[in-house]
Amino acid sequence: MSGGDFRRSMPEAHADLRRKAGLMQSLHIDLPLLVLLMALSAFGLIVLYSAAGSELHYVKRQAVFFVLGFIGMFIVAQIPLSMMQRWAPWVYAGGLILLVLVLLVGTGAKGAQRWLGVGGFRFQPSEILKLAVPVLLAGYLSRRLLPPTFKHIAWALVLIGVPTVLILKQPDLGTSLLIAQSGVIVLFFAGLGWRYILGALILAASALYPMWHYVMHDYQKQRVLTLLNPEADKLGAGWNIIQSKTAIGSGGLEGKGWLSGTQSHLNFLPESHTDFIIAVLAEEFGLLGVILLMALYVFIIARGFMIAIKAQDSFGRLLAGALTFTLFVYVFVNMGMVSGLLPIVGVPLPLVSHGGTSLLTLMAGFGVLMAISTERRRVTL
Amino acid sequence: MSDHLQIKDHHREARIFARRVGVAGVLVVGLLAVVFLRYYRLQIVEHEDYVTRSDRNRVQVQAIPPTRGLIYDRRGRLLADNRPSYTLSIVREQTQDLEQTLEQVQTLVDVDAEDLATFRERLKQRRRPYEAIPLRYRLSEDEIARLAVNEYQLDGVEVSAELVRHYPLGALFAHSIGYVGRINERELAAFDEEAYARYSGTHTIGKLGLEKYYESDLLGQVGSQHVEINARGRILRVLDYQPPEAGKNLTLFLDAQLQQVAHEALADKRGSVVAIEVATGGVVAMVSTPAFDPNLFVTGISFADYKALNESRDLPLFNRTLQGQYPPGSTLKPMLGLAGLFYKVVDANYSVRDPGFYQLENDERFYRDWKKGGHGARVALHTAIEQSCDVYFYDLSFRMGIDRMHEFGGHFGLGQTTGIDVPHERSGNWPSKAWKRKARGLPWFPGDSLNVGLGQGAVLATPLQLAVMTSTLADKGVRRKPRLVRRLGDVEYEPEILDTQAIDAADWLIIDQAMQSVVHGLRGTAQGIRRGGLSYRIAGKTGTAQVVGMAQDEEYDASKVEERLRDHALFVAFAPAEAPKLAVAVIVENGEHGSSAAAPIARKVFDAYLLDTPTAADSAWLGNGGQP
Repeated sequence: MSGGDFRRSMPEAHADLRRKAGLMQSLHIDLPLLVLLMALSAFGLIVLYSAAGSELHYVKRQAVFFVLGFIGMFIVAQIPLSMMQRWAPWVYAGGLILLVLVLLVGTGAKGAQRWLGVGGFRFQPSEILKLAVPVLLAGYLSRRLLPPTFKHIAWALVLIGVPTVLILKQPDLGTSLLIAQSGVIVLFFAGLGWRYILGALILAASALYPMWHYVMHDYQKQRVLTLLNPEADKLGAGWNIIQSKTAIGSGGLEGKGWLSGTQSHLNFLPESHTDFIIAVLAEEFGLLGVILLMALYVFIIARGFMIAIKAQDSFGRLLAGALTFTLFVYVFVNMGMVSGLLPIVGVPLPLVSHGGTSLLTLMAGFGVLMAISTERRRVTL
Repeated sequence: MSDHLQIKDHHREARIFARRVGVAGVLVVGLLAVVFLRYYRLQIVEHEDYVTRSDRNRVQVQAIPPTRGLIYDRRGRLLADNRPSYTLSIVREQTQDLEQTLEQVQTLVDVDAEDLATFRERLKQRRRPYEAIPLRYRLSEDEIARLAVNEYQLDGVEVSAELVRHYPLGALFAHSIGYVGRINERELAAFDEEAYARYSGTHTIGKLGLEKYYESDLLGQVGSQHVEINARGRILRVLDYQPPEAGKNLTLFLDAQLQQVAHEALADKRGSVVAIEVATGGVVAMVSTPAFDPNLFVTGISFADYKALNESRDLPLFNRTLQGQYPPGSTLKPMLGLAGLFYKVVDANYSVRDPGFYQLENDERFYRDWKKGGHGARVALHTAIEQSCDVYFYDLSFRMGIDRMHEFGGHFGLGQTTGIDVPHERSGNWPSKAWKRKARGLPWFPGDSLNVGLGQGAVLATPLQLAVMTSTLADKGVRRKPRLVRRLGDVEYEPEILDTQAIDAADWLIIDQAMQSVVHGLRGTAQGIRRGGLSYRIAGKTGTAQVVGMAQDEEYDASKVEERLRDHALFVAFAPAEAPKLAVAVIVENGEHGSSAAAPIARKVFDAYLLDTPTAADSAWLGNGGQP
């Protein structure tokens, strides 16, 4: 397969790479990615300590999840890609069943049913789909001729559409859009024709009106309206965004100093240790801290794309590309919504926001990236 | 199906993918640049703005209201106090569901429709986040207890203590001290920047009486503290503290005992009593009845209560002492007699014949004497005052002329505000030729002077003006500014002389003796008040003022006239007659006869002031803070 092409084109370079990466490759660890992830996690824990009101409780909890996450990442990294490809439909199907269960017997918060309780442990089945959808799509498309034909595109859209609609029903517009995105981006990397992309954009634009009137819930509309004019309801819907912008803006270039952010420590900033943690970082570490954080993300994304380009086959390429781009979408949406660029949807800042489930999913995703990065050349054909 | 038959072109797929990653990379870099620019704008370009916002969030300047000055009577009895009162407020941001909370609160405490309406109004106004909005004032002990028990299910409901003005003697001082009330929107709109700051911690303002006149002194200076607060409005630490300065205390000339005596003497009549200390101008009694309980107004009077007060025919809100303008009637006679002597129009021996009426040349009108048949053939000044002979004063007025009457009366304060330290005083009317030209567009007729001489027609005076006139008479022409406040903070009041009319001692004695005869003479009009013995001498003059004009030949018959159209009864007096200490003016609306309705009230006031014999019941009443 493609490995053969690479060997043929650059034999010396390949041999060199093999020697250096020997140990790490046999452990299925991508060293640059691991270093970046650890740096980001450490930075995240420092910010979290401040955001959680100098309480070690949250930091300890998050550290435990990090340990679990890194272990999970190593385990996932050991799974051969072929096995992932084979299991993907089953995981996907299982996830769909759980999503249906959520709608039937799930527990909720703030008017939405998102959680499934299993013996005292609660989790969101939508997390499973966050990984299952791109894996399934990458598997499906990589076995077809690329760029995909209309028929395959249609099937792919069905595969994406079913979980999207189920999650939308919970209702969780944010997550459903993110999952749809993680599937669609696979199509994009697979070479989806530009005319389709253009057509989809036009369709999306024209769907805005019916979406607004028939699909979106009042609270979702409220968020959009709040984005456009947060001052309209200063104490209600606009409070979060006004306070987070105040936190960010008052941080300035150098910030107010660690543990010295008044917006978060005096509780003006809501959700300061979860979705809005970037505001704490921006307040206490200033624009310099924001630059450091963005640099870490840029390096991770760059490394992800590098892994994607170097992947052995289309499956690895598509999957790595999709996972990496999805990470970027999380970062963009979170930083955008907290700073008032985007409406407020419940998207955490990857590896920094407090929250176990999403962290584990993310780390599993990085495990897949590592698996792709360190895949042994298969002697085939 | 067909693609399974085709062979995958791995190079092409890899190329396509690389291109797509390139596109994605551009997208990533582009969008992250947008995010970065957003943060750059917030943190660098608009940084100062947000620092201000953040500080405004964090640091709050809290006003610390000063304690309002207390008010004491001349003997140190507390008349206006500040008492802790418990207020129920709601912090909207802390309630789960405002409507539900309101409903729940209403099951625990009485909240009437008006409280609720005011609350909702306040809710709509501009306010700080987490500001508590008052719903009910003056919670009872029971209500506080019920709220405390149910506190756990009343998120956002607060019970706070604040100092609220209290008037222990209630209605007794309603028309002198007045009251404070909640600052209303009109008053708020009239505040300048400085006033706005001064009242930042204070919810009430003097609305009436001394509370209004001395508002600025009583208020004190507001203190402040910069505090760091959290989003729930809780104070975390005090950054600096500027203590408030309490308002100045007032000590009055008014005497609660005398007020009480005058108030009770007026009983259920409509009328007023003003008593002035001759030597200082200090007002020791100032009562207008009916009165009202000023405590009702402090935290906002209910609509029903206000309506009752406002629409009462007896006008309890009307301060008769300063605003009631009455024809003074015969109470002017001693002053006019003195004027006659001063201008040498008459002397002690000059007499007129009184057939019961008086006529001017070329005027068909009969000017009647109150006494049918007249006072006899030879009526001199002494008798004219003692028996209130109208014909003598028709003659005197005619011969003196309005110009001299106007001038002399002006020295006694008629037709001008007295300058007392209570707002909303009226000036009455003391006619002159100029006044009539201006007001009526008519020249002065000789007959007009006759009406003025009888204190009728266009002549109007407030009870306070009559008291000032009487005090001026008692002090031989020295007119002082009447004054309620004796000591403001630490500063003692210096009596202020407004006017001095040189009076010949002999002239004065004639008037003084004539006025004494009014009370002590055998035929004096007010001799009735000597009943039961009188250990000092009172110099007085009765008066009767017509409420409705009588036709020429009509007889005034009390039994035929509706109660409210009956004559007003007046009495002015000073005592002791030889060395006057106190001057008193009494008006009883529709009381008919100054001698029987008004004079006895004055006697009671003199007794209380001069003999200083508080009854056991009175002492107990006052000692009890006005609680019966």
